[in-house]
Amino acid sequence: METLGRAFGDALQLLWSMDTDLFEIVGLTLQVTLVALAIALLLGIPMGAALGLAKHLPGRAFIVPLIYTGMGLPPVAVGLFTYLFLSNQGPLGSLGWLFTPAGMIVAQTIIAFPLVLGLTMAAVQGVDPDLPLQMRSLGATRRQIALTTLVESRIGVTAAVVAAYGSIISEVGAVMLVGGNIEGETRVLTTAIVLETRKGNFALALALGMILLTLAFLTNLVFHRLQVRQGGP
Amino acid sequence: MRQWILVLLAVALIAGACSDAPPAVLSLATTTSTNDSGLLDAIVPDFEEQYNASVQVVAVGTGQAIALGEAGDADVILVHSRSREDAFVEEGHGTARYDVMYNDFIIVGPTDDPAAIVGTPTASDGMAVIAATESTFASRGDDSGTHSKELSLWKAAGVEPDPNAVWYKSLGQGMGATLNFANESGAYTLTDRGTYLSQSDALTALGVVVGGASIDENVDPALLNPYGVIPVTPDKGNINAELASEFVKWITSVEVQEQISVYGVDAYGQPLFYPDSEAWSTR
Repeated sequence: METLGRAFGDALQLLWSMDTDLFEIVGLTLQVTLVALAIALLLGIPMGAALGLAKHLPGRAFIVPLIYTGMGLPPVAVGLFTYLFLSNQGPLGSLGWLFTPAGMIVAQTIIAFPLVLGLTMAAVQGVDPDLPLQMRSLGATRRQIALTTLVESRIGVTAAVVAAYGSIISEVGAVMLVGGNIEGETRVLTTAIVLETRKGNFALALALGMILLTLAFLTNLVFHRLQVRQGGP
Repeated sequence: MRQWILVLLAVALIAGACSDAPPAVLSLATTTSTNDSGLLDAIVPDFEEQYNASVQVVAVGTGQAIALGEAGDADVILVHSRSREDAFVEEGHGTARYDVMYNDFIIVGPTDDPAAIVGTPTASDGMAVIAATESTFASRGDDSGTHSKELSLWKAAGVEPDPNAVWYKSLGQGMGATLNFANESGAYTLTDRGTYLSQSDALTALGVVVGGASIDENVDPALLNPYGVIPVTPDKGNINAELASEFVKWITSVEVQEQISVYGVDAYGQPLFYPDSEAWSTR
């Protein structure tokens, strides 16, 4: 208990003194997470909306369970596959992305994409089925129907964004394997926490954990404000 | 009839489970190298049988192993960083340090040796060349025994590597992961010979550049890697001091030292560790 108390005090002091290494780690964490999230959203929201509307798509009975499985992909397995693809012996070795932020973004996008896709699909399916019918009878194009349905399901879509963000900012297995936790290059908050705990620097590890939680909270505060503005919970 | 058989079976199972006293638990904090090499798996079952004990092996870097001992979360530690081991005993966290075994460190690097290090007599000379040519170097960067050794070699080479320099990659990962990184990225790195040998099949792009093919060819005394065992002081509470001192007696005994001396010979053509306890040296 004494150790925990001391670690907590040291953690606050470290936060207060905000050194440049810490800023670098926080900066990279946000960069990797937000870029991966942006790619996952750009791909996942349109595809999720299309799938949500295409209720009679052939093969749907197979595609939907596949997406649900993807939503629970173990990050460390994603990391392993990405590693093998980006390795010098792998098919994409010539890119030179192993042990770089680009490689980490690839892995995190793979983790986030099925979450965005599946939750957007579910949110769109939850919209009153009469809406697309009415719009079609009024002469709306497919694109207009999809956009209006997305707007109607925006609270569910925001939840998809929150879930994807939370899963990748707190993820350690994939970024450790693919990024390599290189100081000043690919070290992010989660891998730094693992490292400092291994070294027995519990205060620093705790401080990093607190920063990670604060970042997640601040971002979710923003997401929630967006939801409230849209009339959500 | 069938019910009777089931009842008899249940009674037999319960009786069987109760016949032995529950094993005492010994918590051993050690480095990844002793565990990853498979040595502990090979020798520890003998201790568990002799003393009716169950050994909990926590394999971490030397830094965390020592921290576990300081916190009283381990009964005994088996590590390899002499100066920190001595400090651990001096500060009253451990009762005494005993020699167990040694092996050696080597520098490995890309087989085409871009910095032309093969042939440099000592590790620190080789590392001075790595720094001067700014060849990629992968550091454990995790406060492990190997990391401490690396830092002392840089000091001997008169180099103070900047962790943010492009050529110096501080990974903060275990030896296995660091070797894989070096293999992928064409980097040099310092490793214990045991871990390198046990992984060498997968490390196709790496070769030994300082330290030779076996410990006999290693001419640099600075690359010696001694392991020590230290029982944690009992006053921390919840320390199984009796079993810890039995463990020390056991691992330094001639019989177990003999087992250490032959471990790995079949698989790698050379032992991974060389015993050097007092009992072994004076046998």
